[in-house]
Amino acid sequence: MTDVALPAARFRQRPALRRRRTKNAVMTALLLVAVALALGALAWVLVYVGIRGFSVISPSFLTHNPPGNPAAPGGGFFNGIAGSLIVVGIATGIAVPLGVGAAIYVVEYGRGRLRGAIRFFNDVLIGIPTIVTGAFVYAVWVTRFGFSGFAGSIALAVVMLPLVARTTEEMLRLVPTELREGSLALGATRSQTVLRICLPTALPGIITGGMLAVARAMGETAPLLLTVLGNDLFTQLNPLHRMETLSLQIFSNAVTGYEQAEARGWAGALTLIAIVLILTAVARFFGRRVQVENV
Amino acid sequence: MSPASAGGIVTIERRPQPIALRGEHRRLGDSLFGAAVALTGGAVLVVLAAMVVFLVLQGLPAIRHYGFFTFITAQRWAPSEASATAAVPNPYGIVQFIYGTVLTSLIGMVIAVPLAVGAALVITDVAPRRLRRPLSSLVDLLAAVPSVVYGFWGLFALIPAIRPVVDFITSTLGTVPVIGVPFGGPFFGVSYFTAGLVLAIMILPIIAAVCREVFRSTPRNEKEAAVALGATRWEMIRIAVLPRARSGIVGASLIGLGRAVGETIAVTMVIGNAVLHINPSIFDQGATMSSVIANEFTEATEPFHLESLFVVGFWLLIVALVVNMLARVVVRRGVSL
Repeated sequence: MTDVALPAARFRQRPALRRRRTKNAVMTALLLVAVALALGALAWVLVYVGIRGFSVISPSFLTHNPPGNPAAPGGGFFNGIAGSLIVVGIATGIAVPLGVGAAIYVVEYGRGRLRGAIRFFNDVLIGIPTIVTGAFVYAVWVTRFGFSGFAGSIALAVVMLPLVARTTEEMLRLVPTELREGSLALGATRSQTVLRICLPTALPGIITGGMLAVARAMGETAPLLLTVLGNDLFTQLNPLHRMETLSLQIFSNAVTGYEQAEARGWAGALTLIAIVLILTAVARFFGRRVQVENV
Repeated sequence: MSPASAGGIVTIERRPQPIALRGEHRRLGDSLFGAAVALTGGAVLVVLAAMVVFLVLQGLPAIRHYGFFTFITAQRWAPSEASATAAVPNPYGIVQFIYGTVLTSLIGMVIAVPLAVGAALVITDVAPRRLRRPLSSLVDLLAAVPSVVYGFWGLFALIPAIRPVVDFITSTLGTVPVIGVPFGGPFFGVSYFTAGLVLAIMILPIIAAVCREVFRSTPRNEKEAAVALGATRWEMIRIAVLPRARSGIVGASLIGLGRAVGETIAVTMVIGNAVLHINPSIFDQGATMSSVIANEFTEATEPFHLESLFVVGFWLLIVALVVNMLARVVVRRGVSL
């Protein structure tokens, strides 16, 4: 009791307390340094790519293909940008229905071991190296039908599927049970309940998750190296042939050693970052009321 | 009974007729839908199983020729020495790639884990309340930057920046006999260390995101109890937050490790792709399991070359499966605690 009544000034003079306060200050400072380093790295990457990219990028960069001679200046990544949009678009068309279906099974239908196994291995699939995914699609598809944009779409769909399934699962879980019970009590079947009640309620979160998966797929390079192969020279919009994608084009231009090719690479990197960041920002904006995890 | 609920009962009574009429169709549709979503759920399992099967199948000719275990005992990768007939010695040893994967991942983890835990603690417990969400989004942004951009940046921005430091280390510590060997020069820029550094930046946001969830699940009353007993903020973190989070942090680190093990393009761009054998210095060039696949896949023309790359892919998949399964088990246990 007397301790509590002691004046604050005397309390502060205790050496033990001072030591504890010092330790608190030191540890807090260390934690802040950790955040500062993480944000510093982010700023460094974004600013560096921004500076290198902005000095090269122009409207014609987005509408022209690279020159035949990689050492020549000018030109752009139109074929890669168009290819990325097509390949990722098809991948989204495959992955979103499958991922949403898998999530519906896990949350609304699944029972027992199978449900647990699908949840668990879906998480495991998220962590599978994408180069392995690429090798897998090469073995399944490319060995029979050759390199093509569509093969890349399959690979990206395998990358996106578990991400979509995971976020959709979390969003469906947030739908209140009362809504389902109300729907069933009114005579709706289970599928009607899922399609007309649960999915619309969870829609904003599902869109957010889907857009984050698209952003991830846009930047993927390794699996495309083994499936789409790349095609630097001309515009190929038919996904049944080998195509170029933005990520592949950045990679191939970055390592050529020609200054002009590297310059185009930076402009491409800036374009890619801009696409990914815009997708991420819009997704987070739509999903700002829900917590979407994407790891 | 109120009119409203009476009205409700009337509507319900009126409804059964169309339902009864279409009952058969509806039940059929319902079970079809159930079967369809069960199939899509099963797709996840099928894809994973098919991955293992197809990688083995593609690698099978090389495995038949050289034997299953010679790949992980030999440490020399020299496709030009391969011939269609000779099977001994196996010119496709992959030990140096396993070494490269382990070493770069370790460097990445040693740097990223403390930073990620620190960043997550700031976001959940230290930063002013209205800064927490923006901070959290900014750290998440690190995960949004594509791999190929990190590689490009690593090559042109990171390497010149670390060169003076590394040159200093190689010319001092690196010249000491025996203990200086892992730090020896010369430093060409591309190296195991550079790859590890880039990996650290790439896995930091992933580890931080999981840690954040783990720290957030600390019961509020325990934090308040610690503060009420006079704990400073750090003591509150040490007493109330960290002990519970231990398995969560381990799980988060394992998820980060899984990502580091499989990361390909960024590593390929900054590691130098020296495939022949293990280089003892961390500042020397090397290769990882994923980088050798990315680097040689489209140019694999020697006998059993492509097949051997699939063997590398198979072992990479096994490593990734083990790390990720372990991670998810630990994280689940940690979070639901």
